[in-house]
Amino acid sequence: MIELLASVADTNRLWYALPLIVSVSLVYGATRHELMGPILNNAFRAAVWIGGFMAIIFAILMAISWAV
Amino acid sequence: MPTEDGMPAADEMIEVDLRNPAVAAVWAWVWPGAGHIYQRRYAKGILFMVCILSTWFFGLGLGHGHVVYASWTKNDHRWQYFCQLGVGTPALPAIVESQRAKKDKEPLFGGWMAPPKQVFNYESPDDELSQWHLKYHSFFELGTLYTMIAGLLNVLAIYDAYGGPMVITSDEKSDKPPPDDQDDS
Repeated sequence: MIELLASVADTNRLWYALPLIVSVSLVYGATRHELMGPILNNAFRAAVWIGGFMAIIFAILMAISWAV
Repeated sequence: MPTEDGMPAADEMIEVDLRNPAVAAVWAWVWPGAGHIYQRRYAKGILFMVCILSTWFFGLGLGHGHVVYASWTKNDHRWQYFCQLGVGTPALPAIVESQRAKKDKEPLFGGWMAPPKQVFNYESPDDELSQWHLKYHSFFELGTLYTMIAGLLNVLAIYDAYGGPMVITSDEKSDKPPPDDQDDS
């Protein structure tokens, strides 16, 4: 139980990725478009892509840590 | 980005007046977003300024001002600073502090952006860099990462100020060869 709580406490640091994802997505979107609508649209898709990629890597690492 | 019927999207048909692109690029480096504001692209200028500077200062705060410093000594090659320098003026105090440290002068900004006094690359209470790592734990790494990414994002913004938005054309997006190529074969 303590180990599980410790691992959950560690994952709290993942929240620090959120501002980075928002910032990177918006800047990336702004380098592809000129108007605010398409920028936000592109940024949203980029954020989903980055978040999904991170979630997959997180799941793989979590599975490895449980298995080993 | 092209629409489904192959027509370019509204923002691709806009002609962007880049004024003097070289001057805009320099401004974009000096202060994130300033190049776009010089080009009267105010919305993008403010967006770049807010995103890049908030990332930068958040990272700097996470590391209590120690994550950005310029040092190239025997035991401390701070290569991360080259990425952080992309953000322009906000990173320049580190060079001032580095020069002062070489002359054994006291830091100007309460130790912010000053290089560590001694780095031995082994655990020692006199090794200031290892003391920072000990004191700030993962926040030192997080702060370094945030400030590096802010600097690299500003490189993208500088490119945008110099060359305009990187529009994907329909030919680049499609795997099919253009119609002219098909006719030739």
